[in-house]
Amino acid sequence: MATSESATLSKAVKQQYMELPQGDKVQAMYIWIDGTGEGLRCKTRTLDVEPKSIDDLPEWNFDGSSTAQSEGSNSDMYLIPAAMFRDPFRKDPNKLVLCEVLKYNRKPAETNLRITCSKIMAMVADQHPWFGMEQEYTILGTDGHPFGWPSNGFPGPQGPYYCGVGADKAYGRDIVEAHYRACLYAGVEICGTNAEVMPAQWEFQVGPSEGIKMGDHLWAARFILHRVCEDFGVVASFDPKPISGNWNGAGCHTNFSTKEMREDGGLKAIEDSIEKLGKRHGYHIRAYDPKGGLDNARRLTGHHETSNIHEFSAGVANRGASIRIPRNVGQDKKGYFEDRRPSANCDPYGVTEALIRTCLLSEEGAEPADY
Amino acid sequence: MATSTSSKLSKAVKQHYMELPQGDKVQAMYIWIDGSGEGLRCKTRTLDCEPKTIEDLPEWNFDGSSTYQSEGSNSDMFLIPAAMFRDPFRKDPNKLVLCEVLKYNRKPAETNLRQTCKRIMSMVENNHPWFGMEQEYTLLGTDGHPFGWPSNGFPGPQGPYYCGVGADKAYGRDIVEAHYRACLYAGVDICGTNAEVMPAQWEFQIGTCEGINMGDHLWVARFILHRVCEDFGVVVSFDPKPISGNWNGAGCHTNFSTKEMREDGGLKIIEESIDRLAKRHMYHIRAYDPKGGLDNARRLTGHHETSSIDAFSAGVANRGASIRIPRLVGQDKKGYFEDRRPSANCDPYIVTEAMVRTCLLKEEGEEPTDHSK
Repeated sequence: MATSESATLSKAVKQQYMELPQGDKVQAMYIWIDGTGEGLRCKTRTLDVEPKSIDDLPEWNFDGSSTAQSEGSNSDMYLIPAAMFRDPFRKDPNKLVLCEVLKYNRKPAETNLRITCSKIMAMVADQHPWFGMEQEYTILGTDGHPFGWPSNGFPGPQGPYYCGVGADKAYGRDIVEAHYRACLYAGVEICGTNAEVMPAQWEFQVGPSEGIKMGDHLWAARFILHRVCEDFGVVASFDPKPISGNWNGAGCHTNFSTKEMREDGGLKAIEDSIEKLGKRHGYHIRAYDPKGGLDNARRLTGHHETSNIHEFSAGVANRGASIRIPRNVGQDKKGYFEDRRPSANCDPYGVTEALIRTCLLSEEGAEPADY
Repeated sequence: MATSTSSKLSKAVKQHYMELPQGDKVQAMYIWIDGSGEGLRCKTRTLDCEPKTIEDLPEWNFDGSSTYQSEGSNSDMFLIPAAMFRDPFRKDPNKLVLCEVLKYNRKPAETNLRQTCKRIMSMVENNHPWFGMEQEYTLLGTDGHPFGWPSNGFPGPQGPYYCGVGADKAYGRDIVEAHYRACLYAGVDICGTNAEVMPAQWEFQIGTCEGINMGDHLWVARFILHRVCEDFGVVVSFDPKPISGNWNGAGCHTNFSTKEMREDGGLKIIEESIDRLAKRHMYHIRAYDPKGGLDNARRLTGHHETSSIDAFSAGVANRGASIRIPRLVGQDKKGYFEDRRPSANCDPYIVTEAMVRTCLLKEEGEEPTDHSK
């Protein structure tokens, strides 16, 4: 079977234990991004009382040599609580705590992109930058093959699966439903889901979120997805091109607007931004996946509703362009635009920061400015 | 196995998540008919509070290039909420929202037959047209073979299966039971079910619905059936002739009446309507499946309780005719009649519209009249 052994453990047995009252003690699961810039790690500590805000959560540390983040001889790294959510697995009063990682010398770890993003967002707070990110992903069995696909072959060609219904069209909806509810409970700003073009591929959308919250909520949503899939015994992959050939890749289309863009006549500000983005394509491509563009190169081919990685393009209602202006935005002359380039495994902190730097701070050139 | 891998995922695990409170947030699943005119698509959005009526639901849009409805370079299409139901999968306060589809220029999509149907229905409101549609369907395993049939063969010949009971007669009753309850919860006007003549074939009936409600309720009932089958790991087919040979096809017999027909002496009006239908057979045949009659040609052979697609006929209690007048109606001299021609995969909007055009608006000839002027 394509599902894990763990998934076959008795849920009735587990329920008996999970229903035990825990008194005043609270479990806080600390979550962080590891050295790959894509992987998530977590560990739990007991607190004596329910934390009401992020300030109630103490700093912690972990062994970075086991997460591709430090050497064994000097391996302690710090976990600094950054965002707190309700825990949909252990339920109230327990918490999920998304953390930043600092090195032994209190400098940010290499894959801690939150700290700079936070600074950049603070510089433009009065412009109220809103984001919405469309996270695509593929469900795999524990054998690494897409979930529900015939074990020694392929399903019928793409066409009937996008937003599809039926056992021959939708593979793994239980995961999607469970994840949606878990996010709503946790307080993650999940705003929608749909089945995607490739069977066993799905999408959820998080937003609109302002500033640093976009990255926080998307990482929390990803963690919840990994945990939900673990419970069901399958695996979530954010690889941008899990199956080569005539099968869609997985992206993280990023919608963006500022207060100015949302007001009457905002289309001008949108067009100005797109012009700036057009001059900085290489910088953004490097920011849009954890390997400086190498991952996206497998996905951004110009086919399968992607733009070509080597060229920048923009258009109204055009899903083959780098930037798409939704049709109703073109009509209303205000709203937002969609950057379709980010890879499914992008770091949302890096993506949202890049959009601010180019569009709002009007940076130019191949490197980010140092403030 | 004939059931999907998805259906074997742990329902106990899922239940834990589905029981999590969702605060004030509401999930609204928008449903629409795709470019094939038969397929249904869906996606969900979060709302900040429970919609009380259809007016509380915002317009939305989707990528029509992925649903056979537009090109990639100009692919945005609009979803306009049309009818709202309770969600039997996610339960209250969540909703199912049946939508109309508009193209990028706000004109109706090719397979948006609701818009014209609604206009036609509003023209005859005073006649109170009532419909009841008998939706037949076949359950298939994920291998495409009828559910419960031997994997490399056939069950015994038809005879014992219609309204049958027993594991050797009824294949897949769980799906029928689940679908019935889900429809009742959702607020769909489901009025009955029965096992059909071919094993793994079933029927549910929707009605009595007035006007545009017939199409709305039937499409939602179909969506609910697809979702229920998905949960069980089987597939529902509305193909009008899924197995060739001595096996029944699947239709969508449509019962129709007006206020006049239901009143004393209404039989006269019924007979007049049938006369008009007789003169417009081909127009109706073209409207009664999504391929202008090609699908139905495999089903309407004159055998297996169907009429022949080439000839129009009518008769009391005659299941081999195009139109059947129930015996009771013949006796009471009032009531309704049954058009047995529509295919199981018909679009109920155009079926009901065609009946109103011919019988109430008294149209003639091959083409529908353009009333928009």
